[in-house]
Amino acid sequence: MTLLAVDSLSKTFGGGARRGTRSQVEAVVDLTFKVEAGEFLTIIGPSGCGKSTLLRLLAGLVQPDGGQIYLQGQPLPDASDRQGRFGYMPQRDTLLPWRTVLDNVILGVELAGGSRDAAREEARQLLPLFGLDGFENNWPSTLSGGMRQRAALLRTFLAGYDILLLDEPFGALDALTRRMLQQWLLGVRRRFSKTILFITHDVDEALLLGDRMLVFSPRPGRITADLKIDLPHPRDENTILEPDFLTLKRNALAHLKL
Amino acid sequence: MQAARLFLPAAVLLTLAILWELVVWGLEVPKWIVPSPSAIWLAFWEMRALLGLHVAQTMLEVAIGIGIAVAAGVSVAAAINFSPLLQRAVYPLLVISQTVPILALAPLLIIWFGFGIAPKVIVVTLFCFFPIAVNTSDGLTSTEPDLIDLFRSMGATWLQIWRKVRLPAALPYFFSGLKIAATYSVTGAIVGEWVGAKQGLGIYMLRSSAAFKTAQVFSAIVITSLLSIMLFLAVFALERGMMPWHFDER
Repeated sequence: MTLLAVDSLSKTFGGGARRGTRSQVEAVVDLTFKVEAGEFLTIIGPSGCGKSTLLRLLAGLVQPDGGQIYLQGQPLPDASDRQGRFGYMPQRDTLLPWRTVLDNVILGVELAGGSRDAAREEARQLLPLFGLDGFENNWPSTLSGGMRQRAALLRTFLAGYDILLLDEPFGALDALTRRMLQQWLLGVRRRFSKTILFITHDVDEALLLGDRMLVFSPRPGRITADLKIDLPHPRDENTILEPDFLTLKRNALAHLKL
Repeated sequence: MQAARLFLPAAVLLTLAILWELVVWGLEVPKWIVPSPSAIWLAFWEMRALLGLHVAQTMLEVAIGIGIAVAAGVSVAAAINFSPLLQRAVYPLLVISQTVPILALAPLLIIWFGFGIAPKVIVVTLFCFFPIAVNTSDGLTSTEPDLIDLFRSMGATWLQIWRKVRLPAALPYFFSGLKIAATYSVTGAIVGEWVGAKQGLGIYMLRSSAAFKTAQVFSAIVITSLLSIMLFLAVFALERGMMPWHFDER
């Protein structure tokens, strides 16, 4: 079942009638793709290619200049239509420093007007899975980078949206922590029936985690390839060494022109 | 740890006081020119009952003045952050207002508001308003855009964004302003009292000085410093209580 459909989406920054003097930057051009329910879609491309703009368009933080976004067949033309419909996780660490881990992760439920106590209870049960057991009363500043990202992910998962938009969640982590979190996310993903759009600029990460991969061109971002990643599950740290994986990687790199 | 950090400055201060005492005794400096620390202490002890009344009056002016400054400063900061137009219109005026010499205003305030508590409270408010308004305003503008984006993506209302992001994010800035204001405030009250008052540390200093009771002037100066330090520490304690995440290493 198609859950999300993006049709000829375009966005240009700057310029416009009022700010005509400033040079215009085409961020994304004519993006068209569909996402099935439960699919893990990775999006890869060089930095500045408009991957983040796509997620911001979906999350209702930016208005497109052209094209349409459909959720379950329903068009969502206005930014306010899309706000509160997607679990968006920005690239930079966005835990609230003045809230404990537990009160950070229940933010989505709280903003939606749900019961905070019920949300806290649900969160407590998920803390071990997210490697945060015993840290629920910590301030975010006392956590390691990996733990902060897991807490931000838990907040995104708990907010209760069907579609999660993750903007390079592991981008700022060191290589080892990153490896560990990739393996962890593979495990966690099977426990939740979420549809995930996952931005990365790491080909290994994109192929290891995804069911499908979109390749973006350099700016302005266009989709240059839509590759199915038919590697069997469960995947683990050895997956990236297998011949099938390397074949896929060669193909992906060719599309990225690297 | 805290005590250890205080030890060095305390030792320096004590050494200076002893030197002062010795120099005054050794050179036989007249008491009405420079009194010795022991004479200052004596002046304080003799006048302690009366001083208590003056301190109470001054601190009342300070408390009301800071209260008004906090309410006005935070309101103005919120207002100019709410409307970009207001920001462009008011922020420069805020800075210009700070260049007006408050000392010169004090006599005018007496003409307008009489010899009661009002002109002193207004001087304290004028001293305290600016650091609170400017710091809080800077704090409100400095909110991480990513945090606001996150809230918007979750469908938060502007009220939720203010209550749960912008105000808490501005708290450290607000307290920086309040700490500066607290240290200015006692001086502000004394300036207000100098121009004309019935009671307060400022008028006590003036009267003592007119009577060449220099030791009493000094004791009032020391009390003023101590009061400012106490206020600063009180704000610091409040800050710790309200922003545990800033200090705790939990």
